[in-house]
Amino acid sequence: MDFETTKAQRAAASTKIVIAGGFGVGKSTLVGAVSEIDPLRTEALVTNESEGVDDLAAVPTKATTTVAMDFGRLTLAEDLVLYLFGTPGQRRFWFMWDDLCRGAIGAIVLVDVARLDESFSPLDYFESKGIPFIVAVNEFDGVPRYPAEEIAAALALPADVPIISLDARDREQAKGALVKITEYALMRLRESLTVNAN
Amino acid sequence: MTPPLEPDDESYTPRLIRSYTITAGRTATTVDLAMEATLRLQAGAEAPVLTPSAAQVLEVCDRRSVAEVSALTKMPIGVTRVLLGDLIEQGLVRIQATITEKTSTDERLELIERTLRGLRNY
Repeated sequence: MDFETTKAQRAAASTKIVIAGGFGVGKSTLVGAVSEIDPLRTEALVTNESEGVDDLAAVPTKATTTVAMDFGRLTLAEDLVLYLFGTPGQRRFWFMWDDLCRGAIGAIVLVDVARLDESFSPLDYFESKGIPFIVAVNEFDGVPRYPAEEIAAALALPADVPIISLDARDREQAKGALVKITEYALMRLRESLTVNAN
Repeated sequence: MTPPLEPDDESYTPRLIRSYTITAGRTATTVDLAMEATLRLQAGAEAPVLTPSAAQVLEVCDRRSVAEVSALTKMPIGVTRVLLGDLIEQGLVRIQATITEKTSTDERLELIERTLRGLRNY
């Protein structure tokens, strides 16, 4: 067996990071700031008040709706593409989150300090699923700035969760957030190896 | 040979019924297709006569992700997955690896490290 060929075929060619947060907090803005393409939109069909996952399992007699997900793309190397998926905001579309988050490196939870409560649910979701996440406070113009410790306390964040502030419109700052979540996910994975080794 | 695409003269409504028609009533695929999974045309494969929707998917899928194919063809993600699953089973398309539950920790580490290097140079 040619080991090198097998290894190259096994190596992932694409991966993803999830961008979560309340409605209008700047998820699409952040995706658009770093994506090499204009963000694209994919849709799933869902039944009204669906708790089911299967968008096509809806029968025509039931009221249906579509849930849209915006995403962007970053070619990181000849053999590696990173996708950024914005989560659908409304809680009733949460069944889509499992699909979006499966295999993700981690998540960035965008926070608007004026509406902190909207980030509670996404934070709960990622914590309960064991998905690495960071908190990024989107600093809109004119919004009062609070110290990171105060925001972390208000959100009841676990101590090791990184919290940063950014302007989601700024490419370099958005990129910085992607670097941060990736570093954090790497650290978490290495820590889990150490724990298992002991 | 891929048959020529027909003009997309179907309106979006009623979308659900149209979705059923495109997939012949099927709602699931036997192939596990992550949103971000990259598709590649299988070299040398001869395409049989395909439905216009399947042909459209085949046309745009090379080096693109499942989500991109859905966005570009304006087909819901579930429909896209069923059609891609067919093309994969017919040997016309293959998927490249992504992280799954089966990915080893070493492979996961390697991917995250590659991602970090790529992001820093992006």
